[in-house]
Amino acid sequence: MKHTLAVLVENRPGVLTHVSGLISRRAFNIESIAAGYTEEPDMTRITVEVEADDLYELDQVVNQLAKLIDVIKIVDLTGEDTVHREMALIKVAATPQTRSDIINIVEVFRAHVVDVNKETLIVELTGEPMKIDAICELLADYGIREIVRTGKVAIGRGPKPAKDS
Amino acid sequence: MKITGAQAIVECLKNEQVELLFGYPGGSVLPLYDALYTNEFPHILPRHEQGAIHAADAYARVTGKVGVCLATSGPGATNLITGIAAAHMDSSPLVILTGQVFVSLIGRDSFQEADIWGITTPITKHNYLVKNAKDIPRVFKEAFYIAQTGRPGPVLIDMAKDIFTQEIDFFYPDALSMRGYHPVFAGCEADVEGACELLAQAEKPLFFVGGGVNLSGVSEVMREVVSYTGIPAVASLMGLGSVPSSDPNFFGMIGMHGTYVGNMATIETDLLVGVGVRFDDRVTGALNKFAPRAKIVHFDIDAAEINKNVRADLQVLGDLRWSLAALSRKMRTQPSEVWHTGVAAWKERLAGWRAECPMSYDREAEAVLPQAVIAKVAEVTQGQAIVVTDVGQHQMWTAQFFDFCLPRSFVTSGGLGTMGYGVPAAIGAHVGRPESQVVCFCGDGGFMMTCQELMTAADLGLPIKVFLLNNGYLGMVAQWQRKFFNRHYAHTRFETKADFVALARAMGCTALRLDAKEDMDAVVREALNTPGPVLVEVLIPPEEDVVPMVPPGMGLDEMILES
Repeated sequence: MKHTLAVLVENRPGVLTHVSGLISRRAFNIESIAAGYTEEPDMTRITVEVEADDLYELDQVVNQLAKLIDVIKIVDLTGEDTVHREMALIKVAATPQTRSDIINIVEVFRAHVVDVNKETLIVELTGEPMKIDAICELLADYGIREIVRTGKVAIGRGPKPAKDS
Repeated sequence: MKITGAQAIVECLKNEQVELLFGYPGGSVLPLYDALYTNEFPHILPRHEQGAIHAADAYARVTGKVGVCLATSGPGATNLITGIAAAHMDSSPLVILTGQVFVSLIGRDSFQEADIWGITTPITKHNYLVKNAKDIPRVFKEAFYIAQTGRPGPVLIDMAKDIFTQEIDFFYPDALSMRGYHPVFAGCEADVEGACELLAQAEKPLFFVGGGVNLSGVSEVMREVVSYTGIPAVASLMGLGSVPSSDPNFFGMIGMHGTYVGNMATIETDLLVGVGVRFDDRVTGALNKFAPRAKIVHFDIDAAEINKNVRADLQVLGDLRWSLAALSRKMRTQPSEVWHTGVAAWKERLAGWRAECPMSYDREAEAVLPQAVIAKVAEVTQGQAIVVTDVGQHQMWTAQFFDFCLPRSFVTSGGLGTMGYGVPAAIGAHVGRPESQVVCFCGDGGFMMTCQELMTAADLGLPIKVFLLNNGYLGMVAQWQRKFFNRHYAHTRFETKADFVALARAMGCTALRLDAKEDMDAVVREALNTPGPVLVEVLIPPEEDVVPMVPPGMGLDEMILES
């Protein structure tokens, strides 16, 4: 089962190395990892999506991560009421003949075209990972040149921030 | 008043009551060495950085204080790696200082540059790269705190050369503010209560004592619990010495080379209480066959150890200074006799196993057997010595045949199994506890990896007594080849013309050779009574096995019992 963890860490050089190094040497199955600044200038938030067979395996991930000195807090957002999103930029081949078909697909998915040239379009889509998978599948027929995805980020609904949970 | 970064580092060491450094100089740490020189800061110079780190590690193990080690950038730092990994595996509190090239040269493949911060990330509890002298006080304060609190471990501080000469207003902080590090001390009382209830209900309870008991200095409490209740105890390699080998309730080490009685008890127990253990694969054998009838209670300070290898039915998370003391108190609500009566039948079962297959060797053999030498050294030192080993067959024989009486008196590389650990560790052990006799058992393989440190011992007059059990083989590997690889001794036999006695003498040590059984008592006594460092080369038979042996992948009751 996939679990989404919000890992709050000190915003210091080397923290990402400590976190990613731990994940690889303990052989944890990480589906995605996304890091960025937060509401506090000295704190970084890493959203980790981890595949764990059971709660024992998940506990190992959480407890090992918690041992890192720079990790301030870990919140398991799985099963919580959350908003979770991923963004993708997709560069797809587009001829004058196919361009309008692609734009139709883009509109159905409420995505945006953010760049056009004679040969390609760049589509920007934010949504749940499955939605991104779905548009990629459709656009594949036209020839996808390049995809970049941010990895999932998640935030709990309601007034309480993760750092206070 | 402004002081240089190098002077600030010396002040930090003084504030942390560091008695001495084990270090090896080099280009990038020259300004720091100059400050050590002008401050006359105590320092031990080994002959290789690996010697410095193992010595600092052993110093920490026998004293419980933080061992401090210093090396220069690049190769100086990378020579520490094996020792850092060994300390990390065995939770030894160290602060390791390494030089780094100037900030402006970092990342340019400069002379003697190595990314030691990156290299040591997986083998340290925490590590730092300091590029600005103003960070020195905070980083040192944090490093010493992290190394010795919670589950102890090595912390590395890599220092760019710039910081030694930068000037700062020095102020050593009293308090720390680390949002991500709060080692647990007291856990949940109800868990201790639960453990006590399970112990009262169990018919065949067994304490499994680990290195955590030694590390947290609660061996006395462990002994009290065992003697008050009469509940039998076994130990891991790192747990030896916590409960004395001679205690009637103690049944030896368990695991691959554990005692027959200890391993059988582990199979039959209905409640295994692990105290400061991490259920290493050398202890458990095949995990699915480990303690198959038992509920498991796990006392540990490290939440990540719970359920890592063995699933715990009840966890008692917290510092053993809290949890074991609480357990001891709760167990006293039931009279001692009731506890003893409750386990009487179970203890008889254990006594039966012990009688059926005691730890033994061929006492009639004409050769000088390693087990006999170890037992003789134990007898002569009356259990008061600090025993250091290298890694291999002699290490297991020491675990099996030495009488351990005192905590923090057995220094060995357990988790990493580092050959070459013995001689430098003996030096560190002596430096840490100069009033204690230090004996070291080595094999002829591991000895040669760090034997240059005999020169350090000789030059400093450190009276370590090294017993080199020479069988001409990499004995443990050869044993596996004998058992599992059709006696194909692939590169495990030394066809050497070397003279170990002459080698030790050349480095300034007294050296003796023991090759006849009738001389054993006299030679051992002579070695122990001779001042200064002594090497005894003991010529032992080439094909002696360590038994019992649980073959890899088997359960603890599937032991090979005879050579």
